[in-house]
This record gives sequence, C-alpha cells and structure tokens, in this order.
Amino acid sequence: MTKYYTEEHEWIAVEGKVATLGITDHAQAQLGDVVFVEVPTVGRKVKKGEETAVVESVKAASEVYSPVTGTVVAANEPLASNPITVNEDAEGAGWFCRIEMSDPAELEVLMDEAAYKAFVEGQ
Amino acid sequence: MTTPVHADHDPHSDAPLKTPLYDAHVALGARMVPFAGYYMPVQYEGILAEHAHCRAAAGLFDVSHMGQATLRGADHATVAGALETLVPADILGLEPGRQRYSQLLNGRGGILDDLMVHRAPGADGTLGLVVNAACKVADYAHIAARLPAGVSLEIHEERALLALQGPEAVNVLVSLGADVANWDFMQVGPASLAGIPVFLSRSGYTGEDGFEISVHADTVVDLWQILLGDPRVRPIGLGARDSLRLEGGLCLYGHDIDETTTPVEAGLLWSIQKRRREEGGFPGADIVRSQIAEGVARKRVGIKPDGRAPARDGTEIVDENGVAIGTVTSGGFGPTVGGPVAMGYVAVVHARPGTRVGLLVRGKALPAEIVSLPFVPARFHRAPK
Repeated sequence: MTKYYTEEHEWIAVEGKVATLGITDHAQAQLGDVVFVEVPTVGRKVKKGEETAVVESVKAASEVYSPVTGTVVAANEPLASNPITVNEDAEGAGWFCRIEMSDPAELEVLMDEAAYKAFVEGQ
Repeated sequence: MTTPVHADHDPHSDAPLKTPLYDAHVALGARMVPFAGYYMPVQYEGILAEHAHCRAAAGLFDVSHMGQATLRGADHATVAGALETLVPADILGLEPGRQRYSQLLNGRGGILDDLMVHRAPGADGTLGLVVNAACKVADYAHIAARLPAGVSLEIHEERALLALQGPEAVNVLVSLGADVANWDFMQVGPASLAGIPVFLSRSGYTGEDGFEISVHADTVVDLWQILLGDPRVRPIGLGARDSLRLEGGLCLYGHDIDETTTPVEAGLLWSIQKRRREEGGFPGADIVRSQIAEGVARKRVGIKPDGRAPARDGTEIVDENGVAIGTVTSGGFGPTVGGPVAMGYVAVVHARPGTRVGLLVRGKALPAEIVSLPFVPARFHRAPK
C-alpha cells in the first residue's frame, strides 16, 4: 500500500487499482469537532478534482475533492451517524470512500508523506 | 479539501487589536482568529466540549472587544430622554439597578446595532451602554452626533469585559465574595470579586443564567486567573459562544439583524415597551408602529432541519413547491440539541411553527420545519417579586 497526499489536505492509500480517500490528521485538527459527513454513493463516477465528500465542523463546511478519476466502489456509511470518527482517526477509520482508479498516472503529481509534512510546516 | 470559511469572518481583520487577555488565551492553547478587529480565541479544548461545559457548569468568556460607554447628563430624565431619541426601549422607566436590551435604529426602523443599557444603583444622570465590537466606532459617532447640549458620551477604553455563564456561575461569584445569589435577571450593580472591584450584570448571551463582569483592564488578567482557578470554570471561545447563542435563539448582529431588518421583523417587539409603541419618538417610529399595527411581510423564525446536515448563513429557504421564501441568517450544529439548528427570515405566511420548508444546501432541498425559538429553553434567574 502506498499513501499519497494533496495540497488540499486529502490523503489516498492505494492498493492495486483501488484508492481509499480521507482527510489528513492535520486537516481534522484545523477543522475541529466534526459534526456532519456526507460520503458519495457507491457506483458514482468521480473526476480528478471533483467534490466527492463533505465534512462539516461546528463552525464550517468543507468539500473533499478526489485527487483521482474513477468509480466509487465503497463508502464509509457509518461516518454519517458517527462523524467524530474523523477527529479520532482521520487517516484510519475516518476514511470516506474507496475509488477504483481509471488513470493511475494521476498519482504522479501527488505528495508522499515527507513532502506533505514539509508542505504543512511551510504553510 | 476546501479551507473552512468561518461564518464569523469579517472585514476588520487588517490590523487586529489584542484584548488585555491575549497572552492568557495563547498560554491556554487557544486558537486565535481575527474577529471584529481583535484577535479572539475561537476555541480552547474544542467547541463541543466547551459548549457542554457552559450548559453544565460555568464557562468564562473574554468579551473585552465589546464597547463599553457611559452617557452622562444632569439627571436621569435628561440622559434617558436623549437616548430615547435613538432607541425604541423605555429608558425613562428604567429603574436604578436594572438593565434593558435595545437597538440603535435608523430612519427606516433598521437596526444599526443592538445594545444593553443599564442604570447603576442610585444613578441619576448616567446610563451604561454595552455595544457590539464591530459596530462600536460607528455607534459612538452616531450617538455623539445626536446628543443634546449637556449630555456627553464617555468611552471606557480602560475597561475589559468578561462573561461567566452557566448554572454554576452564580455559585462561583458568591464564593469569591459577591452577594449576588438573589439577584434578578438583568439586575446590575457594583461588587467585589476576591477583592477586585467589578461592575456586574446578571445577563449574557448563552440562554443560561450568568453574569457579565466589567472590570478595569489593569486587573482583568488577575480576575481571569482567579475565576479559572475555580474547578467549576473553564474558558470558552467564540465558537461555542456562537453555538450557545444560536440554540438560545439570540440574534447575532450583522447576521440575524442589520440595517435592513426592523425590531418587529426580527421578533424583538418585546424589547419595545408599551409607552414607546404608543408615543413613538425614536428613529423609524412611523415604520415600526405601522408594522406593529398592520403586520410585517417577513419574520425571523427558528428552523430545524430533519437530517444531520447543517444549513449555514445565506442558505436559501424554499416552500414545498420549491419557491424561494427566505434566507437562513444563522445556522450550524447545536451541540445540546444534538443536531443542526438555524434561524432565518421567511415570508409571514410560512412563519408558523410546524410549516414544512426546504433548505437549498449543495443543490438539494433538505427537508426542514419552522419551529419556535429558542431551541434550548432559557434558564435566566427570575427573582420572586
């Protein structure tokens, strides 16, 4: 499994053609208490850069963008009734959906963990 | 992920000022944000925990960014008469030791700001004012330009303001030596807390019992530490202040009320006492009185979404046929309610509690219902008469 990061603070973990999408631990800390999550429906086709999930804290709403093009093959439905999971385990149990990628070359522009860490520290 | 846009983002953020408690907030690990021209703590441990603590025990707020001022004149009739030309509340009838909520109105009955007006015990010729931070410069200019000879406005830059809110607030202040257990809601007066002179009012912005504590800026840091030394007290940021007041159905200036809304549309008619309704004599009185007599086209209401998705400020409200009927002016998650809550304006025909509406969020009409305010019942302390 290889993990990639975006400048918009999403992470994806890739195994074969399937990428699991979430927001980073840094992002959840910035958001504060998460009170609402909307995950995409299974079967939905998403394009790179498209709004794929919604995460809302007490204060604000944020859209989550998919860094890859493909089809949603799984969604983390329990988040709807337990949104605080995103705070507790953003890069584990707080995942939003799994996407079967149609263009794995899109991964090439994404950051690895070290690059993301440097990016966050530079902000 | 998009960067969260905070509902309280405001245009005064060029060179934010610091309250005397800035360093104390930073030391507590607060997340500081520019708000109404000041760096203010949006949260310490987290909005949900802070909100819950305030409803369960006592929450301490730094609200030193708000404006404190005194109107001074020969006697009560003189200063009250002067202020009554600017606000629709009965100020002449304000008893010593009491506070009243009112609004500075423009000539169309629109709200320039909302404010608290108090008459200190024994005061005959002074009225204390507390106004919103974002409006204070404009308020002071507006008031000063309209005062008659012999009445002056004194601005208290030297004073800080704290709020201690929640069911344990009164017990905390009593334990520090203030004899306030039997004070009535909206009672005001001087007191001493652990030897520090303060001016108290039994009021606040959370729907809970509690006090606002005006204190000299030189002693506010000491008082803040003394209050936080009580295990019942925790610091509360602007984030929970907003969710607490929203559940309490209380208006946020610039969102739920502004220059285009009148007190009648905003559901604040209770703050215009009978004599003022009859006599008028305040800005926009003709419009306000005709709205009282003939009704208004739109009204501020509570809105409860059926689902879990919050509807934020600016969300369009539609009727069951999808026709636009109004706009959300405050909306978010209500931690005590355990779900989303909102307020907004709708056409009066849709304002009755129980009316079904839709909230246009991300292109979908989320089902919701008009409800009575507040979402969480007020727990103000009404002393027996």
